[in-house]
Amino acid sequence: MKPIGEFQIVNHSVPRGDGIPKVTGGAIYTSDMVLEHMAWAKILRSPFARAKILSIDVSQAKSQPDVIDVLTGGDLHGLHPYYGHGVKDHPLIAIGQVRFVGEPVAAVIAETELAAQEALGKIAVEYQEMKAILDVDTAMAEGTPRIHETDFADGSFRGFDDFPGAAGNICQAVHVGWGDVDAALASAAHIAEGEFYFPMVYAYAMEPYVAIADFDAKGHLTVYSSAQHPFMVRHDVAHVFGLPLNSVRVIVPYIGGGYGSKSYTKIEPLVAACSWKAGRPVKLRLSVEEAFLTTRGDDARVRIRTATDSNGNLVARQATIHLNTGAYAENSPMVCRKAANRIVGPYRIPNVKIDCFAVYTNTVPASSYRGLGGAQVTFPGESQMDELAEMAGCDPLQFRLKNLAQSGESIHPGMRPIDADIPGDIREAARMLNMDRPLVPGHGRSVCCSASDAGAHPVTLAMVQVYADGAVSVLSGSTEIGQGSHTVLTQIAAEEMGVPLEKVRLIGSDTAVTLFERSTGASRTTTLMGRAVLEACREAIAQITVMAEEVFAAPREKLVEERGGLRCGQTYMTWAQILEAYFKMEGCSIVGRAYLRKAGDLTLIPVFWEIGVVGVEIALDEETGKISLDSLVTIGDVGLAIHPAMTEGQDLGAATMGLGAGLFEELIYDGQQLMNGSMLEYRVPRFSDLASHVDMKLVQNRDGVGPYGAKGGGEGAVNPISPCIANALYRATGVRTRTLPLTPERVWKALQEKKKRQVL
Amino acid sequence: MQIGFELNGKQQTLEFEPRETLAEVLRGRCRLTGVKISCEAQVCGSCTVLVDGLPVSACTLLAYEVRGKRVTTIEGVADETGRLHPLQQAFLDNFSFQCGFCTPGMILAAKSLLDENSKATDAEIVAHMNGNLCRCTGYLPILKAIRQAAAEMRGQK
Repeated sequence: MKPIGEFQIVNHSVPRGDGIPKVTGGAIYTSDMVLEHMAWAKILRSPFARAKILSIDVSQAKSQPDVIDVLTGGDLHGLHPYYGHGVKDHPLIAIGQVRFVGEPVAAVIAETELAAQEALGKIAVEYQEMKAILDVDTAMAEGTPRIHETDFADGSFRGFDDFPGAAGNICQAVHVGWGDVDAALASAAHIAEGEFYFPMVYAYAMEPYVAIADFDAKGHLTVYSSAQHPFMVRHDVAHVFGLPLNSVRVIVPYIGGGYGSKSYTKIEPLVAACSWKAGRPVKLRLSVEEAFLTTRGDDARVRIRTATDSNGNLVARQATIHLNTGAYAENSPMVCRKAANRIVGPYRIPNVKIDCFAVYTNTVPASSYRGLGGAQVTFPGESQMDELAEMAGCDPLQFRLKNLAQSGESIHPGMRPIDADIPGDIREAARMLNMDRPLVPGHGRSVCCSASDAGAHPVTLAMVQVYADGAVSVLSGSTEIGQGSHTVLTQIAAEEMGVPLEKVRLIGSDTAVTLFERSTGASRTTTLMGRAVLEACREAIAQITVMAEEVFAAPREKLVEERGGLRCGQTYMTWAQILEAYFKMEGCSIVGRAYLRKAGDLTLIPVFWEIGVVGVEIALDEETGKISLDSLVTIGDVGLAIHPAMTEGQDLGAATMGLGAGLFEELIYDGQQLMNGSMLEYRVPRFSDLASHVDMKLVQNRDGVGPYGAKGGGEGAVNPISPCIANALYRATGVRTRTLPLTPERVWKALQEKKKRQVL
Repeated sequence: MQIGFELNGKQQTLEFEPRETLAEVLRGRCRLTGVKISCEAQVCGSCTVLVDGLPVSACTLLAYEVRGKRVTTIEGVADETGRLHPLQQAFLDNFSFQCGFCTPGMILAAKSLLDENSKATDAEIVAHMNGNLCRCTGYLPILKAIRQAAAEMRGQK
């Protein structure tokens, strides 16, 4: 393996490929696009959480000025209107009934957005309201009606092997376990037990959901969308319209944030149906308020017990997790699987029993949220590590070190062994945080960690085009959502082909041009697409080397690879020169390709373990209960950082997003109504929430299966931050909090209760 | 209605409806799509433009309010030769954006501060920028960029 100091382009913080467009206003997002002859759609949404639709009268709306057409669930003849990559339970628009407040009931298509908006008020819908099922306990209780009265077919891209559903309103059940938990608990020295709650959160990608769909005269459909997973969108849309895959072209322009909320299919089938009905290109852009009603994160109630023996060794963990999945499955079956896996943490635990349920309710559908179940379960898991350390009379850091899996050690039977140095990571975090420095009153510190089975299912295909003038194009179906993957992929190609970075162009996600990539999520792009690009470059080089035998008139063994080309004796030719000499014509290019699948060293799941390590020092204002961050430290255990500055940027961004759920963010329902679904009322981290001291470090042990030993990052730090704050609060005050977010009100009340107990 | 104002250094006379917001006019009629729309409630700052040098939320300002005034959008921040403003360069140098959706508003909000006070302290920068949200970066890279640009702008004076 090339030593770390010898990279020319990789492992350097080169300028971002999308930098100039993004600082000059030149970057065109889907929300900025306008097509010739384009119409606009607006959506009428359900005011009821659970109701039958008795009738919809659109006649008055249709006769409004500039209105082209109206689409309802009654218009979908000839389509397969239910979609979903995991469970095909989601109608593209309500059919006969509604299942949450905000569900699309009708779409007006008009010449202008304003005309569409105004016509919504002219649609008359008659509902028969039914009793809404709003929480998981009601949903699972005996005698509660089913939210979905029929069983649905599996989607094709579940990505794992669990069967969907179980009974009643359970959308997905996952059971993970080994050893004998009951016996271990019976003989344990210390048992921590508690019920924790992680809130319902909203990712707030700043560009709300937006798509343009265009059925052309030949019946081909083009969709432009702010989508993380264009190939999943293609699959779902092709199924809805019964089209072959090459008749659906999904193009992803610049995306204004995702964080999981734009993974899988969202509004695209509805917009495509509008175009199909109206015979025009149609654009639908949601407001942020509508985006709140489109997807959220699963809130989680976790009942958990963790036990040690008298020497402080973990002996058992048992947990029951209930995820409030909302009205449709979306990606919650996967969240359910991941939450079950990830609650084990990065520890060596001989007896484990986890039961995880994703439960349908009449609320906004939940789906992927950065960390995919990790944040929901790391909060209880890491909180309990501190509780147990105290019971066992250990320092929390030493207690973790004693129980953490070492590199190469297995934490889940049958899964890939740990490919990271987690003990080293948390030691380093503790050092950066100055854990031994005396604390001032009202301050507390903690270091927490997590390990997530990341990378999703490894099917990743890539192409590079090598031109006879020295240019190289990378064709990648992995989307640039801001994480910098388009820069990273060009770095890898430039490094391998030995050309300057400026010569490499990235051709981004366009399902008609770029090869299949399952998804852009689970922190997989650097590892999988990065490796595919590297292998595609090597394959192109192998082809050019065969051509070179003819060009040099020399056998293979006389040709020596030298950066950017081949040497044969005294003669050196670049790849480009060899191509031109071979074809005897300018302007030619060849294609190198790589097809990664679950085989070889990618057979074992996960593709890599994504490590989250953060440390915080909090400062508590005891009078108000307000927590602020004095210090934040992050460790990115990423194997090799292809782009160090952007890798650290992922850690800080993920930690900050986790901070939001830890301190402020929570969607609140009052009955069937979401009460705070707007940015006026939903509080996300601001400039003033930035920690006073931030220290970030990258650990580069080159222990991943990605290019040059790289592994993914970007979701790790979101997981351990909230327990880190809760543990630091405990160390500052002696108050243990098991419900997030730790708003000033919640913390203040907890402090008062503690004072009351002390008086008594 | 027909209104005259200065847009990115050029006098304009535009015809639009009285109900149109400045963001709608700039994005829809002038195709200046660097003005980004997100919260539509003056919370997020992504639609920030400068009116007579001061930051305003274009999403909620009726366009006729800018009659006779000077409007600057992100498209008008680099100089006529295309040379980037120190803030734009500093945002590039410090990787102060990821998805880039908040970036035009961030740069314009920061510009209004530094044009007034290129010696702004960190506390002043944070207070001034607190009405601009970024969901990607965690803010520190933006703070670093503003510090860097401030130093350069002080040097230019």
